[in-house]
Amino acid sequence: MAMFIRVDVDGSVVEKSPGLAGKLVEVCPVKIFKLGSAPNSVEVVEANVDECTLCDLCIQASPKGVRVVKLYE
Amino acid sequence: MRFYEFEAKQLLEKHRIPLVESRLVKTADEAAKAASDIAGPVILKAQAIAPGLAAASVKEASDAAGAKAAATELLGIDDGGRKPKGLLLEARPAGEAVYSLSFTYDGTSKRPVVAAADMAGKIDDLGDSHPDRIVRRHFSALYPFSDYIAKELARSLELGGNDLKQMTRIVAGLARLFLKYDLADLDITSLVKLGDGKFIVRDVEADLEIEARHRQRPMLDELGFAKEDLRQVREPTPFELEGAKIDEEDIRGIISPIAEFDGNIGLVIGAGGGSLTLTDAVRKHGGRPANYAAIGGNPSVDKARRLTKLVLSKPGVDKIAVMSNVVSNTRADLVARGVIKGIIELGFEPADKILIFRVPGAWEADAAKILQRYGIEYCDRTVSISEAARRAVEKVG
Repeated sequence: MAMFIRVDVDGSVVEKSPGLAGKLVEVCPVKIFKLGSAPNSVEVVEANVDECTLCDLCIQASPKGVRVVKLYE
Repeated sequence: MRFYEFEAKQLLEKHRIPLVESRLVKTADEAAKAASDIAGPVILKAQAIAPGLAAASVKEASDAAGAKAAATELLGIDDGGRKPKGLLLEARPAGEAVYSLSFTYDGTSKRPVVAAADMAGKIDDLGDSHPDRIVRRHFSALYPFSDYIAKELARSLELGGNDLKQMTRIVAGLARLFLKYDLADLDITSLVKLGDGKFIVRDVEADLEIEARHRQRPMLDELGFAKEDLRQVREPTPFELEGAKIDEEDIRGIISPIAEFDGNIGLVIGAGGGSLTLTDAVRKHGGRPANYAAIGGNPSVDKARRLTKLVLSKPGVDKIAVMSNVVSNTRADLVARGVIKGIIELGFEPADKILIFRVPGAWEADAAKILQRYGIEYCDRTVSISEAARRAVEKVG
């Protein structure tokens, strides 16, 4: 379980944006996202969440679909 | 990482550098047979890497019986708790002239440099005793090596004609090998011109830049280098082997070199030479480090977590000091996350286990917030390295 970071994904936003799921997987440097089993979906890889570098690339890819929360703030 | 001479010579041979005839033998009987095959005076070199063995690891013999006796003695020497990796048995042709070459990095100009002298020996030593006999040329680590540089160097040794051609070819070949294999040092302490005019390399010392071991894995595999073999001056302890494993399994950042001591203060330290300074500072203030582990190169949270667990699991270590020089590419917040995670996974309260956390630099504001949440004081760069070490030593009692 991640202790420092939480990543929230709005599945409905990802689902409505073809290619976004793949984009999230592609941009994350620490592999926090993986493609979900349903089409146009992603899953958060919990084991990698604390590796988040806060680079914001996922948020840039989907400002409305992804939220990164610092649990220490 | 030091190569045994027979390994260094394998690399040279692969690059068609002319070498003295040599054989690697494992027993005294093999040494006697090899000496008999060579039929002439031979030199036997124990394949050892512990420091201070230079004189003790080499013997000459004039015949097979002498070689056998010398081999028996050499195979028994203590190479930092190990046995020698065999003996290199070589013919000892007399030369008309002897030269030495050395490739390394010039820290001042921040470029590779090749130095040469018209006498045998280590260029470092010759620089002290015969500075006037040494010539140098810098070259680029980015662009392909040009034969012209090698020719200039050879010309500076006042070589001409066929000698100039041969020396140029050898220097250029060695320079390319030096760059290709990420060597930190390559010393040819004896390059001999034989009676027939040919040049051959007699004695070689080579060191690989330790951080290059991942990308040089194919070459190391070819030489039979085990992954966990860091060529330390003594046999690694289980603690050190585990540290090397953690480093190997995650390419993000580094935690090496890691060494085990018999003290009680666990150290998670690093950054631009800071780890050495910090270890010295702890000792200066009367502390006894339990380990040395340079962490840097922007390690992952997981790497910092695993290192923390390793250090805190060491018998006799109750607390750790997390300290570094000012970091730029390493992120203080990621180190903080990893250290705290490691401590919590061991079932402890971070505030009970961290003597001090001084990792100033990149993302320190986030590091401070993380630490504050766990009741740990964050020390920024206004706390000097010496003061941080003093506080750690004082707290451990």
